[in-house]
Amino acid sequence: MIDLIGYGAFFLTTALIFSLVTLGLNLQWGLTGLFNVGLAGFVAIGAYTSALLTTPDDAARLGGFGLPILVGWLGAMIVGGIAAALTGMATLRLRSDYLAITTFGVAVVVQLVALNAQKLTGGPFGIGFIPRPFGRLAETPLLFNLSNLAVVCVVTLIVYLALEHLSRSPWGRVLKALREDERAAISLGKSARFYRVQAFAVGGAIMALAGALQAHFTGFIAPDNYLPILTFQVWVMLIVGGSGSDVGAVVGSVLVWAIWAGSGTLTSILFSPEQQARAASLQIVAIGVMLCVILLVRPNGLFGERPRRMRFGKRAKATASESGS
Amino acid sequence: MSLQFVVDGLLTGSMIGLGAIGVTLTYSILRFSNFAHGDFMAWGTYATLAVVSAIGATFGKVAPIAPLSFGWPLLVALVVGMAFTALLALLLDKVLFSRLRAQGQAIIVVMASFGASMALRSLLEFSFTSRPTYFSRAIQIAMPVGFGIRITPDQIALLLLTALLVLGVHLLMTRTQIGRSMQALSQNAALARIVGIDVAGVVRVTWILGAALACVAGVMIGILVQIRPFMGFDMLLPMFAAAILGGIGSIPGAVLGGLIIGIAEAGAVQLIGAEWRAAVSFIILMAVLFVRPIGLFGVRER
Repeated sequence: MIDLIGYGAFFLTTALIFSLVTLGLNLQWGLTGLFNVGLAGFVAIGAYTSALLTTPDDAARLGGFGLPILVGWLGAMIVGGIAAALTGMATLRLRSDYLAITTFGVAVVVQLVALNAQKLTGGPFGIGFIPRPFGRLAETPLLFNLSNLAVVCVVTLIVYLALEHLSRSPWGRVLKALREDERAAISLGKSARFYRVQAFAVGGAIMALAGALQAHFTGFIAPDNYLPILTFQVWVMLIVGGSGSDVGAVVGSVLVWAIWAGSGTLTSILFSPEQQARAASLQIVAIGVMLCVILLVRPNGLFGERPRRMRFGKRAKATASESGS
Repeated sequence: MSLQFVVDGLLTGSMIGLGAIGVTLTYSILRFSNFAHGDFMAWGTYATLAVVSAIGATFGKVAPIAPLSFGWPLLVALVVGMAFTALLALLLDKVLFSRLRAQGQAIIVVMASFGASMALRSLLEFSFTSRPTYFSRAIQIAMPVGFGIRITPDQIALLLLTALLVLGVHLLMTRTQIGRSMQALSQNAALARIVGIDVAGVVRVTWILGAALACVAGVMIGILVQIRPFMGFDMLLPMFAAAILGGIGSIPGAVLGGLIIGIAEAGAVQLIGAEWRAAVSFIILMAVLFVRPIGLFGVRER
């Protein structure tokens, strides 16, 4: 029983950290219509920044500044936000696809830096000894897991409430207006690019915060944690939950993580150890197909807003309506 | 530094360029960036490999053509592989992309292509495992051709093949009716439809052309490097960068962009080290987006 509660707490903690990333993506995509296929890169930036700031001094690499955990989280958000703002400034005056390609590139480069810049990131072996909040409780796993869950719950709640407030504020209304009808919003004197860069930066900062939380929760990070599969999982979470809805982002994350972890357990029971890697790839196929089916059948997910027009949507419609027939 | 990087760069550039033709065509005619294009590459290569093994099983061991590492089975298999990849692209368009295009949300199609890419790649990993394989394990002796450059017969043959294919595609785009229809559709879709261009036909040819060339590029990687499920995905960023550097919609641009990126990558490998190779295309991409987002031969969007 106690094991079960402990596992439940562990599961929920991971799921809620995912839901933080999904909330960030929802601000970028759901609210503003900005397509980020490199979010794993921003999560990694947050994790590494916070790890560098808070770990004890390490002669093999830069820093290990031993700062308090909260400073690490703040630093993660700042660096993640700046990285996202730079990405946005480079591409947001161009067609929306360019942002997709650039973010994809950001993830590739972050992965390269994590792997190769040993002095900064510890290379393929990553960074260990990241301080954990309530690390003293590690001897009693249940208490430790529950306190972690409490921390993550509080952070998620704060971000959720802040995002709900933001999306109802004048700032959020401008973003929605831009998403629905760019020309009309611009004619009211709103600078499309400026607002979009802001939204993208705030989303990136939230993703980085999630990365930092995860790093302090597991105590160890390595480049393998931030492969494209992470980006993919979060996208499925947002689409299942319904883009545009913060509730959907959280529910979708918990639901998809439950499916993912459940099918992972199932494959480890059903397949022999040497077949595990293959079974894991089949798991990814299933989730990929699921994403495509949801896009086709129920594009608004569980809690999504009504269908809406996207940037450049009208022109794409004109091109495609016949070619589809 | 030795001039060897020029040959290495031209070879990598050929692979990138052939792939970028498909990317640039999908982008300019179907108006979305196809993240599954790299996986067409990998699927085509594995299909070719499967046919080569099947021929080997039926006809026994076939001697390779004089100085090359491969014989007629690979050439036959390549043609079959190209056809297979084209069918795969058409199928994916039918069940997924065309339906989403009909809903009129361009960026949703991009997302679907991202999902399809993940599924396709993992399916390859499931069927063939992630262990690399090869068309041939024979080792070729590189011939010195002066200036400190060495080149193998395979490399010469593949460079020639690339040149032929690019010339062929260029002629197809400029001298035939279907090519002109494709250009018309990419320049002004509404007008193209008014003058009665067969849009569905153009869409089909776009997929067939892009997928077949992706298969050739993949087989080139298979011959010169190795075959892995991730081989195409790793080419995605260089291909996008090449298509944007060359100017979206321009076939000579895509090829030239590919060659520039290939040579830059090979130079960086010599100067800085192979581990940073993948960053080269990103730097070039960012430079193009800041300085000249329409690329070398691009036209401003209307």
